[in-house]
Amino acid sequence: MSKKRWLVAGGSIAAAVAGLAGPAFAGWDGLNMTKGVTELSEKIYDLHMLIFEVCLVIAAIVFGAMIYALVRFRKSKGAVADTSHVHSTAYEIAWTLLPVAILIAMAVPAARALVVIEDTRNSELTIKVTGYQWKWQYDYLDSGVSFFSTLAESSNFARERGSGIDPNTVENYLLEVDQHVVIPVDTKVRVLLTANDVIHAWWVPALGMKKDAIPGFVNEIWIKAHALGTYRGQCAELCGRDHGFMPIVVDVVSKEDFNHWVEVHKAPAETVPAAPQAQAAPADAAATPTSSTNR
Amino acid sequence: MATSHAHDTAHGHHDAKPYGMSRWLFTTNHKDIGTLYLTFACIMFFIGGAMALLIRAELWHPGLQILDPVTFNALTTNHALVMIFGAVMPAWVGFANWMIPMQIGSPDMALPRMNNYSFWILPFAFMLLLGTWLVPGGAPAGGWTLYPPLVLQGGDNLPMAIFAIHLMGASSIMGAINVIVTIMNMRAPGITLLKMPLFVWTWLITAYLLIAVMPVLAGAVTMLLTDHFFGTSFFSAAGGGDPVMFQHIFWFFGHPEVYILILPAFGIVSEIIPTFSRKPLFGYESMVYATASIAFLSFIVWAHHMFTVGMPLAGQLFFMLSTMLIAVPTGVKVFNWTTTMYKGSLSFETPMLFALAFLFLFTIGGFSGLMLAIVPADFQYHDTYFVVAHFHYVLVPGSIFAIMAGVYYWIPKWTGHMYNEKLGKWHFWLSAIFVNVLFFPQHFLGLAGMPRRIPDYATQFTDWNMVSSFGGFAFGLSQILFVIVVVQCVRGGAKASARAWEGAHGLEWELPSPAPYHTWESAPDVATIAHGAEH
Repeated sequence: MSKKRWLVAGGSIAAAVAGLAGPAFAGWDGLNMTKGVTELSEKIYDLHMLIFEVCLVIAAIVFGAMIYALVRFRKSKGAVADTSHVHSTAYEIAWTLLPVAILIAMAVPAARALVVIEDTRNSELTIKVTGYQWKWQYDYLDSGVSFFSTLAESSNFARERGSGIDPNTVENYLLEVDQHVVIPVDTKVRVLLTANDVIHAWWVPALGMKKDAIPGFVNEIWIKAHALGTYRGQCAELCGRDHGFMPIVVDVVSKEDFNHWVEVHKAPAETVPAAPQAQAAPADAAATPTSSTNR
Repeated sequence: MATSHAHDTAHGHHDAKPYGMSRWLFTTNHKDIGTLYLTFACIMFFIGGAMALLIRAELWHPGLQILDPVTFNALTTNHALVMIFGAVMPAWVGFANWMIPMQIGSPDMALPRMNNYSFWILPFAFMLLLGTWLVPGGAPAGGWTLYPPLVLQGGDNLPMAIFAIHLMGASSIMGAINVIVTIMNMRAPGITLLKMPLFVWTWLITAYLLIAVMPVLAGAVTMLLTDHFFGTSFFSAAGGGDPVMFQHIFWFFGHPEVYILILPAFGIVSEIIPTFSRKPLFGYESMVYATASIAFLSFIVWAHHMFTVGMPLAGQLFFMLSTMLIAVPTGVKVFNWTTTMYKGSLSFETPMLFALAFLFLFTIGGFSGLMLAIVPADFQYHDTYFVVAHFHYVLVPGSIFAIMAGVYYWIPKWTGHMYNEKLGKWHFWLSAIFVNVLFFPQHFLGLAGMPRRIPDYATQFTDWNMVSSFGGFAFGLSQILFVIVVVQCVRGGAKASARAWEGAHGLEWELPSPAPYHTWESAPDVATIAHGAEH
């Protein structure tokens, strides 16, 4: 019976892996949270691993005790019930206080991280992000650069039902946009989030934070990326038909490249905000950083 | 039991149960109403399950193959509403109807005619909800959480869904009132509160939760209705309202609702594990206090469902700490169940197997719940498949497995027959294995960055989605076995003794199997109560 128990508790997962999922896995990367490339994402990753490991230890003890009982006290092996074994105040106190201690120990680092996360002061750059059904608008408040960012056409064709296009043949399927967001490396960027119609949520896993973009309200987060690259994310709050089709792509570039990018994009943005198509061409030319695709 | 029924002829229906449709339409018998609830829940389980399978079929492979995105969103929305309000909640009321009067020595529920109403509202509520699939614009597709402004974009489905929710709420409140009045007033003399079986205790607390929060949900959806049709701006910033306020109100209902779905499961598991350990429940009183603590805490944790809306730091800290606290009474329960098995004499019939799977897998859901409570980490987990995995672990191998366990446990009492143990075990093993194949990979998907509620996904998520979909179909098909076992058992099978299980204790086992149409017409005497409790 104990072997079967194991099967229930965890072994079926192994069975699933072995039996079904032969085709190439992305390794451990596909199983766990990304560590990301910002101060916050790394803090969050460390907290995630800490609480996960705490859970693993507790699980080993609790499941171990359960399995021991299941093996040791089987009627089929002649176990006789001790019906006087029904209460222990000492046990009850112990298994109330011990978890409390563990929880306090967990809450302290979590609260510390939260204080840092909420501190959006002293940012060097502010970007306002506005969610629309179903695209994002980015306004660089310091320089006036402004543009929309929508799902790349290659993905947009392939996603149609009956398109006949295999998504596997589309590069960055559903995670590519016509116009990337560009931010400078090692710079504290404040991101203001709002929306124009329904609630959306702006999320790039490698940058660590997710927050809702709510019509009529402004939320803020901050990002300080320390590695150049292109990072991809998606809308994370159900926002209607094309919720799954409004990705986010952020290029982290050197400060010089960023200044250059701003110069290129400033002119059209200062007049009437141009159509996204009009800006797409220069953007692609300018914003191609050392591309280490994170996902 | 077999006392004289001479006086009963005075009020006609009492002894002879009517046959045909009128028996079920007009019944005020707690057992008939229990059967109606359980049958309804089972039908809804398969309707909601069919929706889930359509979702998993679409997610088998990237690209849109069988559904358009709007239909996909409508399926996720309706899958949740049907499973929560149509399957799990009515199943618990069904158990309450069948078992509470028999367990506390009462002849019936306190308010039998209201009992009838509260059931018969439900089919109409669900006709209305499922009828939205036929109206222009289709079924509601804004998520079961009904967040505005998105939900207000729904067309004709909006008022229908809202009225359906009102009806479900009225039904639940009536059921809850009935449970409370029955438990408070109709216990046999000698059964004090702290002598009640734990299933009765958990249901009593659940009933208070229902009465506290169903009106809150009704208020929230009514505000949606007036915002949409009568020009109010409760949830519209343009008119001075706040869309996030809806989320606060909704989750003030929603979190206690989570415990409405799981507390009776705790009760059932607390009946089954002692029975098959042949030993009384360890720490009975602490179980009662833990249940009450969980219920209390459930009112002060709601905002952990919405950490990403942008709350003040102090608010986030408060809701993180209160949420983490829930792990304490929940831990007490798990430790008590485990210790009940210590020095026991364990056997592994199907109800015990389901209860044990509950114990292991609900605990896994508890761990992921603890992880989700850590606010900074939640900023990554929120609205991903990690959350989907978490709440399905507590709802499927949690609530649903406890329902299965309860059915296998008490069906000998209900039908007078033993179910087919071999088929029952097949049902268990297939369910227990495939529920993990279905939901465990969703943890990986979430951590790797797959948002929930998307009909199509980036190609790196393909492998685990295929595993999950395979598990989904295997799990879903396995449930057909359950229906076969139950139908077989209703029709015939080995005769069940009054005390169907060697280690069972409680008043229900003092009654013959099947339990007669009317039970405990005169309250059980002290000796009967003592015999039931002691055994």
